[in-house]
Amino acid sequence: MLDFHNHNKTRNTVVGFAVRRKVLLFFMLGAMVLLVARAFDLQVLRKQFLQQQGARRHVGAVEVAAYRGMILDRNGEPLAISSPVESIWVNPQELKNADQKDLRRMERLLGLPDGKIPDLMVPGSNKQFAYVKRRVNPHLADRVAALKLPGVNFEREFKRYYPAGPVSAHLVGFTDIDDTGQEGIELAYDTALKGSPGKKRVIRDGTRRIIGDIEAIKAPVDGEDVQLSIDQRIQYLAFRELQAGFIEHKARSAALIVLNAKTGDVLADVNQPSFNPNTRNNLKGSLYRNRAVTDVFEPGSTIKPFVIAAALDGGYVDPAAKFETHGIYRVGRNVVRDVHNYGTLNLMQVLKKSSNVAASMVALTMPRDYFWGIYHQLGFGNAAGVGFPGEASGSLLDYQNWNDFAQATLSFGYGLNASALQLARAYTALADDGILHSVSLLKRDQDNDAKRIFTAKTARKIRGMLEQVVMRDGTAFEARVDGYRVAGKTGTVKKISAQGGYTEKSYNAVFVGMAPASDPEIIIVVMVDEPSAGSYYGGLVAAPIFSKVMAGTLRLLGIAPDQYDTMPVLLAGHDEHQ
Amino acid sequence: MQVETRSEQFDRHSIIGRLLTKLHLDIPLLLGLVLISALSYLILYSAGGQDMKILNRQAVRSGIAFILMMVLAHINPYQFKRYSVLLYSIGVFLLIAVLVMGEIGKGAQRWLDLGLFRFQPSEMIKITTPMMVAWYLSIDSLPPKWKQLGGAGLLILMPTLLIAKQPDLGTALLVASSGAAAIFFAGLSWRFISVVVVTLASLTPVLWHFMRDYQRDRVLTFLNPEADPMGRGYHIIQSKIAIGSGGIYGKGWQGSTQAQLDFLPESSTDFIFAVFAEEFGLSGCLTLLVLYVAIISRCLYIAVQAQDTYTRLLAGSLGFTFFVYVFVNIGMVIGILPVVGVPLPLISYGGTSMVTLLAGFGILMSIHTHRKFLPT
Repeated sequence: MLDFHNHNKTRNTVVGFAVRRKVLLFFMLGAMVLLVARAFDLQVLRKQFLQQQGARRHVGAVEVAAYRGMILDRNGEPLAISSPVESIWVNPQELKNADQKDLRRMERLLGLPDGKIPDLMVPGSNKQFAYVKRRVNPHLADRVAALKLPGVNFEREFKRYYPAGPVSAHLVGFTDIDDTGQEGIELAYDTALKGSPGKKRVIRDGTRRIIGDIEAIKAPVDGEDVQLSIDQRIQYLAFRELQAGFIEHKARSAALIVLNAKTGDVLADVNQPSFNPNTRNNLKGSLYRNRAVTDVFEPGSTIKPFVIAAALDGGYVDPAAKFETHGIYRVGRNVVRDVHNYGTLNLMQVLKKSSNVAASMVALTMPRDYFWGIYHQLGFGNAAGVGFPGEASGSLLDYQNWNDFAQATLSFGYGLNASALQLARAYTALADDGILHSVSLLKRDQDNDAKRIFTAKTARKIRGMLEQVVMRDGTAFEARVDGYRVAGKTGTVKKISAQGGYTEKSYNAVFVGMAPASDPEIIIVVMVDEPSAGSYYGGLVAAPIFSKVMAGTLRLLGIAPDQYDTMPVLLAGHDEHQ
Repeated sequence: MQVETRSEQFDRHSIIGRLLTKLHLDIPLLLGLVLISALSYLILYSAGGQDMKILNRQAVRSGIAFILMMVLAHINPYQFKRYSVLLYSIGVFLLIAVLVMGEIGKGAQRWLDLGLFRFQPSEMIKITTPMMVAWYLSIDSLPPKWKQLGGAGLLILMPTLLIAKQPDLGTALLVASSGAAAIFFAGLSWRFISVVVVTLASLTPVLWHFMRDYQRDRVLTFLNPEADPMGRGYHIIQSKIAIGSGGIYGKGWQGSTQAQLDFLPESSTDFIFAVFAEEFGLSGCLTLLVLYVAIISRCLYIAVQAQDTYTRLLAGSLGFTFFVYVFVNIGMVIGILPVVGVPLPLISYGGTSMVTLLAGFGILMSIHTHRKFLPT
């Protein structure tokens, strides 16, 4: 009985238990339905929104750097090139698993001090990014990659390299760390060089790292190459000679322009002091200036040939005119002086002796508007238009504000100023038989912007006079070049002092010349600012530099000599044949 | 009285039938467990970033766990009953020990370093608490009286509070619900249940007062994850994106972007369901839930078939705990429950919970295969 009773009771509880099981099962199924409903809500009803959200988190668009164009010289030699480099960075969290020996190997490859890389892994820090070394040469990066260390990553960057270093530094300029032009041609033609960056869609992970490409949205358009008018060989030569002169004469600065007299192409543009754009590090801004283009000076006597030419062309002086100079000339209440009393001078002698008195006399024969018009047409007071950043336009006072003395001083190059480039350009009018050329820093086949200023006859006549300057008894015998007839003009210009007025002891030594004088191909302007080692005359400081650069340039370009009696080697050969 | 033990589904004269009888394995339960474990490897391979090391480690763990399950299935339930008090006492003692000298992992004291291996006493107590409560309630006749309810309540409360203090809210919840399930199956009056539910609901503000800051944060974050999308709301937002991106059919195996790209934290452990949902979609989720429901139903069936109070209460409690595991984990990943640290049973990467779970299934199999039948 007892047994039965117990059994019965157990059965009762079994029934109760079954009910409870059903209730619980029902409750649990309800809970599961809740989960399913929620899953349906997320995966069906809100699927699109959530998928977008997901895509927004891991899909992104990034720029693809365009390859910056090269800057080339007229023969295709590179003056600025971008080379691909690798920047190496690590994820310290992943690098922790690397072998210590491998880390040391990597340090040695990259030339880093021992312990530099382990130091990046700060204990307790959860930093995911640290540069190990930026802008590493790709071969080295490959060797580091071959170590196959965990968490070591590479980032492609471009490094701008200037093969010519300081030689073309002022002209070419440089870019900043973001590959944007900062100075010179790099700045002037930045848009063309830069090209336009492309875009690509990438996958990022939770740490925002780019881990894969999906598609290219826009291909990068690589920058265009810019070909300059510069001939790098002449540029080297000019740089070397200018630097030597700059050092020898202890000058403050110096600039030199080599111009193709027939096309106006700038073949060389060098300056002192210079800098190395490849290892540039917080240098003074004054070092960066392309003085030949951006800085002006008073041209002094180098402007006198134009006065004579203008007067001859306008018929204001007779070609056979003579001037009584006496070394002193009274203009109104002012006095124009020569260094010596040259006595009576003809037009040729005016240039040969560089007489201020006679030049003033010639200038004062011309109406002011005519005289001003010639200067203006020659480009004084207007930028040469080469598009270089900070290009100087110089200044030329309007003739309505002149008096006789101003007109007189303008005839020997005071009261106006110009850059070396402007001066070189003006000389094309004498070199190319009266035709003034436009100038260009970009290579071009011909000058479409030439205009006649003087008659061919006058221009030739002036060249003939300027050849006398380079004769033994002229002011610039040092400018002569063996085998070639050289025409040129010196200038020794008193500098304007900081207090106003002219200084007594500091000068600019200038020489402008062309060769071969019979049909000039090359014009060179040399300007040495404040030579302070004794000599300061243009004929002694600037002319020797001119001579060396001109000789080299003529030889490099294979320009035929036009004067056989000063060619010892050829002459000897000539003798043998006779 | 003559008794014999047998497995009812199989002809005891067939070779397989005899083998299974000897092994004391419950085939439907085993099938469900094996299927889910297979799914686990599949999804772990994807969520763990195709790392074979993770898979190997998980395989070793589940191997150990399956062996433990088979060993436990062999033990007569009578032995469990006999050692219930001892095992429970050891568990509580270890919980106290861990509070005093435990190791801190992820900001909570859970581990006890035993030299050779680290041990998580809160895992052991997940099994020993229902054993203890079942033992305690089976001493007297059912339904339980007030005094018994009070005693059982104390037995549950002690380990629950010790675990909550670690703090490990997820495990505390599992331990409490396993004990509560035992009391429920013992025949708790419906009136009492309603009173408790109402009281708990009204006590919510009091509970809030006793919560730790990070626990309050979790609740607030749960209510409005967008308030701090990069900080505390990050988990749940990333998880919702992963699940929603799966759509109906999913992105395919290894196609999860949220997990593969490291957006989803804990993608191999607590949040592995999000990876599963992203790769296999709603259809995969339904399949997984069906598998889970099948296992839970089998557990409850075993409980109904159990022959005495102790085994019945224990079986029901273990089955219900498994359900709580599933519901709390998926509920939190899917964003309908606050984030508490409960892994997705049998799928999440991690050794301890796998061992405990399969130990529980071993006990269930033991209960089912050691039933005594009167000779017919």
